[in-house]
Amino acid sequence: MSVDRATVHRIARLARIAITDEEAARLETELSGILDWVAQLDELDTSAVEPMTRVAAVTMKKRKDEVTDGFCPDDIVKNAPKVDDHYFVVPKIVE
Amino acid sequence: MTELTDLTIAEARDGLRGKSFTARELTQAHLDAIAAANAALNAYVLPTPERALEMAAASDARLGKGEGGSLEGIPLGIKDLFCTRDVRTTACSHILDGFTPPYESTVTANLWAEGAVMLGKLNNDEFAMGSSNETSFYGPVINPWRRSGSDAKLVPGGSSGGSSAAVAARLCMGATATDTGGSIRQPAAFTGTVGVKPTYGRCSRWGIVAFASSLDQAGPVARTVRDAAILLKAMASHDPKDTTSVDVAVPDFEAAVGKGVTGLTIGIPKEYRMPGMAPEIEALWQQGIAWLKDAGAKIKEVSLPHTKYALPSYYIVAPAEASSNLARYDGVRYGLREPGADVLSMYENTREAGFGAEVKRRILVGTYVLSAGYYDAYYLKAQKVRTLIKRDFDQAFEGVDAILTPTTPGPAFGLGEKSGDPVEMYLNDIFTVTVNMAGLPGISVPAGLSSEGTPLGLQLIGRAFDEETLFSAAQVIEHAAGPSAKPADWWSKAA
Repeated sequence: MSVDRATVHRIARLARIAITDEEAARLETELSGILDWVAQLDELDTSAVEPMTRVAAVTMKKRKDEVTDGFCPDDIVKNAPKVDDHYFVVPKIVE
Repeated sequence: MTELTDLTIAEARDGLRGKSFTARELTQAHLDAIAAANAALNAYVLPTPERALEMAAASDARLGKGEGGSLEGIPLGIKDLFCTRDVRTTACSHILDGFTPPYESTVTANLWAEGAVMLGKLNNDEFAMGSSNETSFYGPVINPWRRSGSDAKLVPGGSSGGSSAAVAARLCMGATATDTGGSIRQPAAFTGTVGVKPTYGRCSRWGIVAFASSLDQAGPVARTVRDAAILLKAMASHDPKDTTSVDVAVPDFEAAVGKGVTGLTIGIPKEYRMPGMAPEIEALWQQGIAWLKDAGAKIKEVSLPHTKYALPSYYIVAPAEASSNLARYDGVRYGLREPGADVLSMYENTREAGFGAEVKRRILVGTYVLSAGYYDAYYLKAQKVRTLIKRDFDQAFEGVDAILTPTTPGPAFGLGEKSGDPVEMYLNDIFTVTVNMAGLPGISVPAGLSSEGTPLGLQLIGRAFDEETLFSAAQVIEHAAGPSAKPADWWSKAA
């Protein structure tokens, strides 16, 4: 197993997904299976290869640094589960 | 007269301009077909009949004045990954429950600007993660095709399974779809339809729910090569709102249809002849080679030595980018929120309840490969492998104009048949995923039926921004394969 139970719990915490012990047991097998399978990439020597960063050799376009959108707070909060005026409301963070 | 829902887009365009029927009649015929079929096929997660009829009426008004765009009055289905203004868009995930975008994706805006009519939102695998459309929160889509003499339910492919099933079952004239590892071409192959994954950067990704940003591309599913060309022309554009959309002219793709393959050289990659390849897939491939040769193409063997590494490197890059993209679903700004004692448990409970098993699996793999100490070993390594895969194609394209391969290792499989082992499901994308990794265009075209009586497709891969050669060569295969079979209607209930 390339991933143990403790690692599954640590990763789930980093990903902000609550998981049960049952799910952790299943994920331990599944994630190990996937990671063992991708380990075949180790057969390739890539020490002299540049990583691919873009598909076509084009320079990213830049636009003027000016406001082109915005001033629509109603739209922005429209889909939020909990809103007060134009604020998103979350559980208390600071005691 | 042929049923209106059986017309191709090209035929309907002529019929509308020639006043043989109205856009309202054409749209109503499709709405009736959806109402009769959707309980059995589950292709649409949200039909939008009122909006469709409004748009059709506006098209009729424009057509009456002799005006109108290239898709004026043509009814289309839209994959639920495309944000549609004031129409629920969920990527078929519970976590986006009720999300109603206040904006429109660039691709769909382009279609409406050309006069197309929206019939509704189409089902897909949750966040486009899947190869069978079985991971949707709204339940699986059923393939209109069945095996000969069987009524077992088959998958329509994925992730664009709603798009492929709806086009095959005549529930729309064409559909939008997206392809990250094969999600347009594999469902097209499973349903006897044509699917195009354009060059990365050809279509804007703005307003499309993001899965893996360096791989995602929008493209069409249609019933003919010509229809796919008409749709792609309308969908593609340079968009200042997506810095990865490329500022090149969009050719008249339809003009490439019918040009033939005389003088073209078609490459056959020897590494795609996998050990244990089904004999009927090998036979289909040979048939495709023979058709192209008969039409005047030269055939040449090419080598793409890093093919076997494409899928494992994809399953690093795609989950890594997905884990980052899906971090935005936190129960604060949109969609589902599950309560928690503090903000952290609110996040964790929301994401636990909101994501399905496959999405969670990919977020966790992505989080793992990007976590401290692992970035170089996984993500960076996989991006280097992409360079090698791209280099293989660059070298092959020095001697050939396009590459011919099977689209899938086999025909449509049964519901639940492959959902036990994630890696087995991933292997479905073995012939399609290289194209995404290299950013190239690919097309799947129906080429025959399997021994089970279900469709099989061939894939053509082209140089970056050379979709035109793909349309020319695909039409040759389409023509040689003869009139494409139509699935027998078992799904419509009497209205």
